Amino acid sequence: MSTLAEYTIVVMLLIGGAFTLVGAIGLARLPDFFTRLHGPTKATTLGVGAIILASVVYFSFQGEGIGITEILIMAFLFMTAPISANMLAKAAMHLDVDVMEGTKGNPWEQ
Amino acid sequence: MFDRLNFPQPWLSLTLFLVWQFLSNGVSGASVVMGLLLAWLIPQLTQGFWPDRPALTRPWRLPGYLLRVLVDIVIASVTVARLILSGRPPKPVFVSYPLELEQPMAITILASTISLTPGTVSADVSDDQKILLIHALDAGSEQEVIDAIKQRYEKPLMEMFR
Repeated sequence: MSTLAEYTIVVMLLIGGAFTLVGAIGLARLPDFFTRLHGPTKATTLGVGAIILASVVYFSFQGEGIGITEILIMAFLFMTAPISANMLAKAAMHLDVDVMEGTKGNPWEQ
Repeated sequence: MFDRLNFPQPWLSLTLFLVWQFLSNGVSGASVVMGLLLAWLIPQLTQGFWPDRPALTRPWRLPGYLLRVLVDIVIASVTVARLILSGRPPKPVFVSYPLELEQPMAITILASTISLTPGTVSADVSDDQKILLIHALDAGSEQEVIDAIKQRYEKPLMEMFR
């Protein structure tokens, strides 16, 4: 494996790890349920995206063809992440979860 | 017999077939047969669940749209990461977004896009499918969010689904 490929993989893994960490910190530190919802749903998009790209580069240089399977992981993740976020938000509105002070606008119930 | 051997949704069938080829580590005789079988069977089984056919009239615009969303995800992730690390309290806003799109499929794509781009989560769609409730993590005003989404995402989607 060339040095360039190794550096690319390292950088991708670091970016992915950093964003996943920030997502976790957000989950712990943000004030209410709805703002916390942003942490994990976002960490999956960019964090996992970068980690999967690293995996694609790694396996491409192993000489086993381009890792298309990983791209599929990303595609399925991107399709399902919004739906889980949507379900969590709906459940929270149904249960009338408290919103933080200073939130503009209202969640509606139907 | 041959009445049933049709493909009610050619695009879905094609997608399923290609996805199966990718999943099965290289194209072989077995994967082609299995892919064809799945491409025929799954649309047959799920046909009843589609409210109406998605009318994607200009599919060639889709790659450009996906690229824009990808770039936005990267930019907005950095913004949200900085907000979290800075430690200042966010200014969340619940936005009632007036939808111009009408097809359920297009609304789903718009809602998913909004959830994927960091800083906004789509929370609910009104029963008449006219209003989308969005929670924005850190925004100046409701109008700001509405304008940004309308310009960046809904306009291109309306072009695609006309």
